[in-house]
Order: sequence, then C-alpha cells, then structure tokens
Amino acid sequence: MSSFEETVSRLLKIPVGYATVLRNLFSKPVTLQYPEQKKPMSARFRGRHHLKRYDDGLEKCIGCALCAAACPADAIYVEADQNTNAERYSPGERYAKTYEINMLRCIFCGYCEDACPTNAIVLEPIEFPTGYTREGMIYTKSMLLEAPPNGVPTTPQATQPGKFDRSIVPYPPVDASV
Amino acid sequence: MADLVNLTIDGVPVAVPKGTNIVDAAKRIGNDIPVFCYHPKLRQVGMCRMCLVEVGTPRMDPATKQIVKGEDGKPVIAWMPKLQTACTTPVSEGMAVRTQTPQVLAARKDILEFLLTSHPLDCPICDKGGECPLQNLTLAHGPGMSRFEYEAKHHDEKHVPLGDLIYLDRERCIQCSRCIRFQDDLADDHVLQFHERGRNMEIVTLSDPPFNSFFSGNTTDICPVGALTTADFRFKARAWELQGTPSLCTHCPVGCNLTLNTRLETHTGGYEVKRVMPRQNEQVNEIWLCDKGRFVHHFTRAADRLTHPLLRNAGGTLVESTWEAALQRIADRTLGKPITGIAGDRIANEDAYLFAGLLRTVASKGSLISMAPAMATYYADLARAYGVGKDTDFNQLGKGDVILLVNGDLEEAAPVWFLRLRQAVVTRGARLIVANDHTTKMHRYAGQTESYQLGNAANWASTRAAVLAEELKGARHLLIVFSDEKLSTSGVRSLAISLASVLVQSGHAGKSNSGLLPLYPHGNTQGVSDMTSPQPWPDRAEAVWLIGVGEGEGVPQAPFTIVQDLFQTRLAEQADVVLPALSFAEREGTFTSGDRRVQRFYQALPAMGQAMPDWWIVQEVAKRLGATWNYQNTAQIFTEISQHIPAYAGLSYEAISHTEDQWPLVGRGDLYYGGTVYDNTGGLGLRYPADAERADFHADVHLDTPPEVTIEAVQRVRRRLYEDGELIRRSKVLAAHIVNSVTEVPQAA
Repeated sequence: MSSFEETVSRLLKIPVGYATVLRNLFSKPVTLQYPEQKKPMSARFRGRHHLKRYDDGLEKCIGCALCAAACPADAIYVEADQNTNAERYSPGERYAKTYEINMLRCIFCGYCEDACPTNAIVLEPIEFPTGYTREGMIYTKSMLLEAPPNGVPTTPQATQPGKFDRSIVPYPPVDASV
Repeated sequence: MADLVNLTIDGVPVAVPKGTNIVDAAKRIGNDIPVFCYHPKLRQVGMCRMCLVEVGTPRMDPATKQIVKGEDGKPVIAWMPKLQTACTTPVSEGMAVRTQTPQVLAARKDILEFLLTSHPLDCPICDKGGECPLQNLTLAHGPGMSRFEYEAKHHDEKHVPLGDLIYLDRERCIQCSRCIRFQDDLADDHVLQFHERGRNMEIVTLSDPPFNSFFSGNTTDICPVGALTTADFRFKARAWELQGTPSLCTHCPVGCNLTLNTRLETHTGGYEVKRVMPRQNEQVNEIWLCDKGRFVHHFTRAADRLTHPLLRNAGGTLVESTWEAALQRIADRTLGKPITGIAGDRIANEDAYLFAGLLRTVASKGSLISMAPAMATYYADLARAYGVGKDTDFNQLGKGDVILLVNGDLEEAAPVWFLRLRQAVVTRGARLIVANDHTTKMHRYAGQTESYQLGNAANWASTRAAVLAEELKGARHLLIVFSDEKLSTSGVRSLAISLASVLVQSGHAGKSNSGLLPLYPHGNTQGVSDMTSPQPWPDRAEAVWLIGVGEGEGVPQAPFTIVQDLFQTRLAEQADVVLPALSFAEREGTFTSGDRRVQRFYQALPAMGQAMPDWWIVQEVAKRLGATWNYQNTAQIFTEISQHIPAYAGLSYEAISHTEDQWPLVGRGDLYYGGTVYDNTGGLGLRYPADAERADFHADVHLDTPPEVTIEAVQRVRRRLYEDGELIRRSKVLAAHIVNSVTEVPQAA
C-alpha cells in the first residue's frame, strides 16, 4: 500500500471515532453516581456490616470477639466490658465497649456473620462503604449499630436484676423431639 | 532410680517410680488420659470420673502364689470387672491398662454429656474460652450433640464475687474441687468449701473478708472451666488474642517466672499487659504466683508514667526537656565533682553494673555507690558467702532436714517460698524452727518455736547460736531463712553473722540444700549488691544520683540531685533533673533472686514516651564525662559482668536461657492436666555457687564475733505483702488490699 492510500484510510477513521463519541454522548450511562445513586442488589449480596438489636432495644452483640477471630483480613477490633443492671447494653454479662471494622481491610467474605453466636453482625446489601479518608473508613460501633426500633429506648438501659442474666439462648431453639 | 514399677499402658511398657498413679504414668509415654479433678500438684480425689480406664493385674494362683502364665508365656491379666479411676489407682508391678477400648471411650463420652447437662453454652463470653479443658476434652471425647433441652438445664447464679479479686460462675462450675484442694492443702487458707449436695452443690467462701488468701489467683489457672475468673482479666481479651513474653516478678526475693500476656489496645495506642500468668519453673515458683505478682502489673502502663526528661529551670520549676539537654546538664554539673550514686534494688544487673562502673572509673575521685534500701548493704555479702548451695532444690527438702526461720513472716515477705517450704515441712516431714517476736502463719507448722522481745532478733541469735549449732549438727540439711525487718543496720549485720556461724559450726556451710536464705525486700537486691559492692549512705554529697529508689527515706542532701525513675515520686519533685526510665516489661535484662538464681526477662511492651533503659542513660552520661563506652545491648554488658564479677563467671545469656522438660509437663496443648500455666520458653536461670562452696574459701573470713546490738526505741516497719508503694498504688484491683506499713517501736535496752 502506498503512503497516499494509507493516509486517506487513516483520515476516514476520524469521523468513525467522532460518531462513536456522539452516539455514546446521548446513550444511557452504565456507571452510577454512587453513593448518591444506588443499584438494587441481590438479597444475599454482602454489603456493609450492621450490628443488630433485639426488639427490646438491647444490642445483640455480646463482645465475644469471635468475629475478629474468624476475620481473615484482621479487620475487626473488639474490646469488651461488663454490663450492669443500671447500665445494660446487651443480655448477659459482657458487651462490646469498642467495636471497629476497618472497611479498607475487609474483604466482605461474611465469615464474621458465620462466627457470630447471636446473629448480631449482618452484612446487608443496602450500601457499600465509601469515604474520602483512611481514618473515615474505620467504622466505629456507633456507625455500625442500627437504631433501636421505634419507641424503644437506646442502650444503655436500666434493667431489672435477674432478667438478662444470660448472653446466649439456643438459636434456633433446639427441637427436643429430633 | 530405685523402686521402679513396670506396667504396660495400651501395650506400651513403661517404668515409673513406686506410688505414681496411672494418669502420670501414661503422661510419661505421651498417653493423655483426660482428667478434670486430678491435678499433678494436688491430692487426688477421683471425683470427676473422667479418667476411667480398664485396669488389670497379673493373675495369681492362690495355691502356689505364682503368677499364672498363658500359652504364650506371658502373665495372664485379670481385668477388673469395672472401669477404674486412673488418677487414684497407683501403679503396681505387671499392671496392664487399656485406655482406648469402646468401654472407656463410651464412659468418657457419657461423663462429658453429664457434665454438660448443667454447663451453660456461654463459651463466647467466657474468659476461659479458647484455653478451656472442658472445651478441649469435649471436642476430643464428647458427644457432638446434647440430648438435653436448654430449659431443662440447671441454671444458677452467674456472677458471684468470691472476694474482690475472683468471680465465681456457679453455672460453669463442674465441682472438681481443685480450688478447694489448692487452698486447703497448699496455701493452707481454708476459705473455700462445698455447700449443699448433689445437683445443688456449689462453691462458697467461708472467710471474712471473702476468699481471703494471697494465692487466690492460682485457682483461676487450675480451674478446668471458666467458673473462676479474676477481676483483673475479666472480659479484657480472648485467650487467642494474647501474646506471651517470658518475664520475671520483681516484688520479692523469690524471682517468680512470669509470662506477660499483651494485646494491642486502641485507648493506650499500643500494647498493654492484659494479664500476668505463671511460667513453669520447678526450681523457683513451680506453677504458682502470689496475687501481688499477678495483679500489680498496672504500673507498666499507668497514665502518670514519666515520659520525658524534666529539668529544673531558672524559675525553680521542673519543665519538660530533651534527652540532649538533660544529659548535658548532668555532665556540666557533675564534671570534676564526686557523685554519690544510689541504686534501687529493682533495677537490672546490667544497669547496676554500669552504674557502679561509672562511679568507680569515670566520675571524679571521691564518687561512691550505695544501694537502696541501705539495709541490704549490711548482709547481702554474707548471703552471697553462706547462701544456699548451688544445687539446692526446695522440692528435695524433707525428712531429716531442718528449716530455721528467724525474724520474718515468710508468707508476707516471699509468698511462693511459703508455699514451697510449707510443703517441705507438712508433706515431706522437714523440721521447722520458728523464732519471731510475733506469731506468723509459719508458726502453725513449727516443731519448735522461740520468741524474743520486739526488735531483739540479733541478740537472741547471738546468745542462741552456739546451742542451735550443737542441736542442728545432726540435721541432714539446714536452711536458715531470715529477714532484716525491725532491725537496725548493726542489728541485721549481727543477726546474719550469728546465723552464718550456726551454719558453719553445725557443718552445713557450702552444702546443697543448706545455707542462708535472706528475705530481701525486692526482686534484685542480691544482684544489685553483687554488681555494686555497695557502701553505706553518706549524710551529705556534692551530687546525688538515684536510680529506681522510689520513695526512699533519708536520702543524702546535695546541691544537685538526679532522680531516675518510673514516676514523679516525692524525691523526683525535689530533684534538679528527672530522667524517665523503662519498666521491666519494656526492656531486657537479668535479675538475681534471693537464692542467687540469675534469670532473664524479655521485652514485652514498646517504650513509654521517650523513656530509656537505665543502662543506656548511665552510658550516655558516662560518655559525656569522658568514657569511651559503647554498649549496644544488655547481652554485651552481661558478657562483661561474667568476666569481671567472679561469682558470675561462666554465666551467659545462652546458659541462663536454657530450658528443658520439667515434670509435670504443663502449659502445652494439654490444658486439662496442669491448667493454663505457661510452658517455660524463656529460660530456667542458673544459680551461681555460694562463696562457701568454693575451694579457696576460708570459713572464718566474715565470722568475727557479732557486735552486741543496742536496741533503739525508733519506729521499725513490719514488712507486708500489700505494703503501700508507688507501684501497687497504680493497680485498681489491689487498691482495697493495700495496707499501710505497721510500725512498731521496740523498747530501748
């Protein structure tokens, strides 16, 4: 091919390129302005973690740190402390005083969910963590803990002695007939 | 070894000393028979039934009294019709044991199912979770499922404070009675007992104040479940999150081996000691610790630790400064002037050695080194000369031996020696002679007691020395334990001379299992004395430098004072320069215990602020005073110590970090057997020989006639375990236990 033909062939490709740009300029974009816009996720998608509460407002998390032990990315940090009847966070004697997840380290494998003896931690498809700073990506307990149900006081609660002595009851309840 | 008994366990032959039980015999060949109530250090009771095995003995022909042999020529074994508890069955010649038959395995499974019927499913919040014998044995031998309904389970109180240091969870308790037996048989504090029977059986404390014992923390180590937990460690961390670093206790002369369990913390911004655990050393603390050693560790991360050097400014106030400025100030003010150095008795050997070197060879003429407490200056040399023999083993003290305890409360001054020497007397039959001015716990076991007027120990000893020496000539070994409490400096010198002469005249000097055992106030009194050969405190000095002295009283006045410590003590507030030192948990080094065992401790925590190790500070000052020192680490200094201090010749970091299997084997994977005690990976230490054991030693060198001691009517302190001090004050859990020193005034003669 001579150099003249080559030049013409290359010049003809320029309008093809412009056409592609023009076509895409008016088509619907495939990207989303996350987190302002969200895409519906499958119900089993493992998004960011939430710490759940019981219906009476007490935290399900008992600070056992089994999630931290199960975490392959070492993303979870738990410090426990002791409940009192005057200041009760969770049933039983122990609660999580500090609960932090480093979302930059988390690989969203869901092992923490599996390890949790009280189903306190749940990875929900609602959102995926975002942030502009590294410090902001360490989610603290107040960020992870869901709000208490309507009309129920938040923790710590003052409770009656003897009512919440135990942290764990079998879940689901054991069927003795089996 | 004499009296060996041969038996076979699962067909494996083993020979063990007579009187051994089957569990221990099986352990020797690596066959782990599961146990809950049995503990190798405690009396066996056979309560938990977990150790059931099949036992048989050779069949004897009643007519001929001969062992019946089978066709293969081997003795016919007569198997007992029912399973036997291996822990309470002593071995016998020709015995056969089967530990893996379907019957045994079924029994184990059933026992575990029974135990779990009243055991809660709260492993996730249990402090024992992860290092729990019940968890481990259930996994190994138990059923996978429970046939018991949760609601049918036995529910009980979950939060019962047994005293302020130990919490009991009645639901988790499996009634093995290890804690009761430890308190009754070893500590001799009868504070725990069973109450009620059957399913309602529970542990109660009988004493007031509840669980009143110096050894309560040990019950949490040997508890095979999470029923007993310490107030200190409760919910602080999970077992698998902890890192263990071998270390030493510095609070009494025993030199207990510890493991510091540390974990990363957010609120302190670094590692923190979460709990202190015993580290097995059968020659020192076996597997025990006193509660002070276990709970006093909080000072290592106290918020008010010194973190920067402080300098007194022109206005007369102490202000934060830099190392460069502080060291330069010291060099400027002390160059050409004699320095009086006072070394506290909790600093490491390496620090004391360099400090002595600086004052002897670098600082200007007239400098001298003393130690605090000054009292130790007057008898540590005698303890080195006539101390216990190199191969002394308290576990061998027994029948025919005599322990002479003069002027000291062994349980208050050295709690773990109390445990060990009490065993020698109570279970092995050594004879105990106690001489004191007040009744102590050791009086309970004394075969002979002597008493004297308050503060009069020295004169008592000098008058009784000759008679005692004559009486004790027949003793197999003679261990003399003494304390300096309530004595004047001349008094303690006189007492030590009298006791040493008893040793020499009764023919026990320089022998193993015999010698002087001083009840020093702290963990490295002997070592600092060895390194420094201290001189008495002067009244005045041009410059005073205090290292780790704490709240020492009567410190010499000087126009320039340097205080090197962990805290802003009363002395530091008066000082011109305050230097922040590292605590034992943040550095390496060696300590020499009261029985002259040189042991290593390791770094468990990062440095606090800008604090530096004592030896580094001493070296930096020495450099500015013209020395050409260049020590890089404590190992290098210790090598020099072994070359220059005759007693330490032949010792090295390698030699004292030597470890070997110790019996009973505890602290490995088999938590059920010995409890949560740590295996010794940091070194067993080595005792250096007493001078009296050396060939060129002349017995009469130090034993001039003891000076007659005049009793002065001044206040004397009776030493207590939980004595108020800079370190114990930082431990919240021990706050309620701190006692003010009891001062007593002897009658002047």
